[in-house]
Amino acid sequence: MCLAIPVKIVEINENKRAIGEIGGVERELDITFVPDVKVGEYVFLHAGFAIQVLNENEAKESMKLWNEILSAE
Amino acid sequence: MERDPFSRMKFIDEYADPELVKKLVHLIQSDLEDISRPVNLMEVCGTHTMSIGRSGIRSIVPDKLKLLSGPGCPVCVTPSGYISASIELAERKEVLITTFGDMVRVPNSSGDTLGRFPKEKVRIVYSPLEAITIAMENPDKEVVFLGVGFETTAPVIAQTIKVAVENKLPNFTCLSANKIIPPALKALADNPLSKIDGFILPGHVSIILGKDSYADLGIRGVVSGFEPLDILTGIHMLLRQIRKGIVEIENAYLRAVTDKGNELMQKVMDEVFEIVDTQWRGLGVIPATGLGIRKEYSDYDAEKKFKVKYPEENEPAGCRCGEILQGICIPTDCPLFGSKCLPDNPIGPCMVSSEGACSAYYKYERN
Ligand code: SF4
Ligand code: SF4
Repeated sequence: MCLAIPVKIVEINENKRAIGEIGGVERELDITFVPDVKVGEYVFLHAGFAIQVLNENEAKESMKLWNEILSAE
Repeated sequence: MERDPFSRMKFIDEYADPELVKKLVHLIQSDLEDISRPVNLMEVCGTHTMSIGRSGIRSIVPDKLKLLSGPGCPVCVTPSGYISASIELAERKEVLITTFGDMVRVPNSSGDTLGRFPKEKVRIVYSPLEAITIAMENPDKEVVFLGVGFETTAPVIAQTIKVAVENKLPNFTCLSANKIIPPALKALADNPLSKIDGFILPGHVSIILGKDSYADLGIRGVVSGFEPLDILTGIHMLLRQIRKGIVEIENAYLRAVTDKGNELMQKVMDEVFEIVDTQWRGLGVIPATGLGIRKEYSDYDAEKKFKVKYPEENEPAGCRCGEILQGICIPTDCPLFGSKCLPDNPIGPCMVSSEGACSAYYKYERN
């Protein structure tokens, strides 16, 4: 139940509603808790609400880190 | 709530690279060689439990490392008396129950479930906001939402209550069994029977709370994401702390979790809920770990409106969920596991939801 999945914001509408896209499927979500989110960003979606904007820089950083681990032999 | 239908996606798939997994397992092996005793790590979150099961992590790390499943599924730790009280509410002619799906399958201690009611009477929702819509569409009914969740879900439920207030909805209430995680971890860490060396901290709960919220507990923990690489990295960081004799909180889920968390969500949660003592199924009462609805919102509190009483109930005979959730034993130690207690016919709560420890063991690690 504490699951949250990354979805891409494709449209921001009135009343803190937005459209997110996940695996080619669009669904509506509430963005009350991430008021500054922009179209094109990824958010974590939980029970109909965006609960955090995904930090793409950190995502790239950890990938880099893991790739370093991988090449360090 | 299952994740499988959404597989093959950005920010998910790249976290299961088999080469990297192998490499991290090597690192974990060499960490363990430096530690002269067995190590017990507990994953707190049900989603971790499921992910560890599905990815087979337990079978690829050395036996010296035990991964225990903690009380991380809100459904699993909801007391039997709450289930009975919800069933009693559902018996009322004027009431429509709205709930997350897993709750309808959980038996109370005498084996009764919400699942025996017709679908129109007990409605499964994906978001609590749907309960608001249902209340608007059914003005002659009392719509009760079963508020069961940790910090990931509790703010969403709090926001839903606020929406009900804004719309002056007279027929929407919430029966809150929401709980908070950090003090429960402290209780587990302090339990001499548990012998936990470190916690894989719940990623999505931590999105809301932030890494800093664990700082004062004096426990060893790493906040981790849910993909195989995330979990293995978390394990590696915990072992590194053990090797060096360090006890601290680290964050291995930087793409989602900040130091301070989502403060808007914390604020809404705090506005609507107050901290109360609460019962955890299998664990008993843990002081100051429950979220009750504040007086200001009592019109939206099903407990008040329907004068709900939670009966004291014992667990089904033989079920060891309580000990499992404390890391004292594992599902296969339960005599009912896989014989009388099955996912299709759960006796105890840990066998119900896909993220329950017994159900994850049954699905992935039975042999
Ligand atoms: S089993 Fe269901 S209720 Fe429990 S943590 Fe998983 S999704 Fe949540
Ligand atoms: S196998 Fe069933 S009865 Fe045994 S501990 Fe797990 S849920 Fe309880």
